[in-house]
Amino acid sequence: MLEDKDRIFKNLYNDFGADLKSSKERGDWINTKDICNKGRDWIINEIKDSQLRGRGGAGFPTGLKWSFAPKEIGSRPHYLVINADESEPGTCKDRDILRFEPHKLIEGCLISSYAVNAHVCYIYIRGEYINEGAKLQKAIDEAYADGLIGKNSSNTGWDLDIYIHYGAGAYICGEETALLESLEGKKGQPRLKPPFPAIIGLYGCPTIINNVETISVVPTILRRGAKWFSSLGRDRNTGTKIYCISGNVNNPCNVEEEMGVSLKDLIEKHAGGVQGGWDNLKAVIPGGSSMPLLPKNICDTIKMDFDACVENKTGLGTAGIVVINNDQDIIKCMARIARFYKHESCGQCTPCREGSGWMWRMLERMAKGEASREEVDMLMDVTKQIEGHTICAFGEGSSWPVQGLLRHFKKEIEERNNFNPLVNTGQKNPYLVDQHLLEKENA
Amino acid sequence: MSIKKISKNQPDNFEFNSKNNELAKKIIANYPEGKQQSAVMALLYLAQRQNNNWIPLSAMKYIARYLAMPYIKVYEVATFYSMYNLAPVGDYFFQVCTTTPCMLRGAYKLVDVCKKKISENENEISRNGKISWMEVECLGACVNAPMLQINDDYFEDLDEIKLEKIIDNIKQDLTIKPGSYKGRKSSEPEENRITLMENKNA
Repeated sequence: MLEDKDRIFKNLYNDFGADLKSSKERGDWINTKDICNKGRDWIINEIKDSQLRGRGGAGFPTGLKWSFAPKEIGSRPHYLVINADESEPGTCKDRDILRFEPHKLIEGCLISSYAVNAHVCYIYIRGEYINEGAKLQKAIDEAYADGLIGKNSSNTGWDLDIYIHYGAGAYICGEETALLESLEGKKGQPRLKPPFPAIIGLYGCPTIINNVETISVVPTILRRGAKWFSSLGRDRNTGTKIYCISGNVNNPCNVEEEMGVSLKDLIEKHAGGVQGGWDNLKAVIPGGSSMPLLPKNICDTIKMDFDACVENKTGLGTAGIVVINNDQDIIKCMARIARFYKHESCGQCTPCREGSGWMWRMLERMAKGEASREEVDMLMDVTKQIEGHTICAFGEGSSWPVQGLLRHFKKEIEERNNFNPLVNTGQKNPYLVDQHLLEKENA
Repeated sequence: MSIKKISKNQPDNFEFNSKNNELAKKIIANYPEGKQQSAVMALLYLAQRQNNNWIPLSAMKYIARYLAMPYIKVYEVATFYSMYNLAPVGDYFFQVCTTTPCMLRGAYKLVDVCKKKISENENEISRNGKISWMEVECLGACVNAPMLQINDDYFEDLDEIKLEKIIDNIKQDLTIKPGSYKGRKSSEPEENRITLMENKNA
């Protein structure tokens, strides 16, 4: 288990208060000037050496992302955008950073802005977090008043302005290019990549977009050294991570742990165990709703880091762990996730807009046992037609959980939906999925 | 994609009051010159706050003129994002999270309470005109599930009895207390916390 001295977010549970004075006592803002004086290249190299990977879900190496920004400011200004549009079901780590550790984020903004040559930083917070946003604004005001940011921030000679921009309840705005569209005052529909935002982003200017947790750990990494950070976890999966454990556990909680901690330890030691005991475990969604679920036999042994999750055909994502026990109907749970994706699809690409609703309706029928045997394979087919055929990763995010269900619990679906379709079985026409509904009244 | 219904009863005119006018000018100054369109989301919030928590079409037209952008662009934004209410809602607007993490911990029992004590259907204002409710997608407080949002505040760690009490208090014009209903002040484990213990005891 990670020792307390190695935890970055000392105030995760708000034992001290989030104001500037107590943040300084915890070590924030101490030698920001010295860090910046070491220069851009040093900062970026140190972050590269620490092997920090983005904490927003995709796990892209942060140092590498920063190095994509142009080295000198050209005719266009640079921007830093912080993604605080946390809406992945199962994830609530950024909320705690915003309300309890805002100064870690603000200091991170200053150092990162300096590293990528940005004078303006926008923090995009989801609209529902209005109280958390107010707390962050209070911390920003404190930092301005203390000269930590603004003109000649912390005596570094660098000018930085930080503004908060509220979203309005669209999950898709957590996708970086949709977030930029939303910041520009349009509806949040993702852009095609390339060009990547590091070259053409906000208002067509070079823009670096990072998750709240990624930016908040930067000052601590630079203070304690890349060596310390990379000594935690294992190669290419280094450092610490806030895990959110929710669902059927006795004590749902957020906890900062080392990368590569075992899933069983997280659930048993920190979250008080599965309701009804470990043997009552049915499945776990390891990384927020868009990652495929894992059945119990994998949960017994899996280590929670990026590569170990990929080896088990899932992903660490945002580390939002949703525990499902045997008292729940697993098909119903996945149908509810499919409904989430149907509701949140932005409607830009046809496979996702139509397919997400299609998957939801099929799963709802399967939960009730109204689907035919053939439809189970057809559902797989639908997921494959969405995956990889959309502009952004929402297509994967919506089809992977369904694929996970089919991979591990196909038998259960088939047992419940075990009758022949009412359409003539001799006829091979796989796309008449709703055919048997037509036989019903009021279909 | 969600379908949003636009109210049939629309006021003829909308204008920011002087306080919101000043706020709007301040928000526009956050964005580079010529990029005032970025402020459209914030201005729609201001309009929503000023107009009893919903946005009439006249406010969209007003904001379009205010930001020198086409009306249809404002309309697109207002209909795309789910937090803009385009029809009247109750003074106490309940948003019950029912996505899987909350569902696992009994969110649909909260929905049943809302159906019983507020109104049979979503988005229907209760008989005393004070409360309306709707199901929403993940509100990002999964560790404190089940939970709901009433206007700006989160009410966490609920169950049926606690929610009934909240609704009763609203009906009797008593104040309601936001936050966790299990006495948690954050997302620490309710019992047997084993990390950062020095801080807890400090």
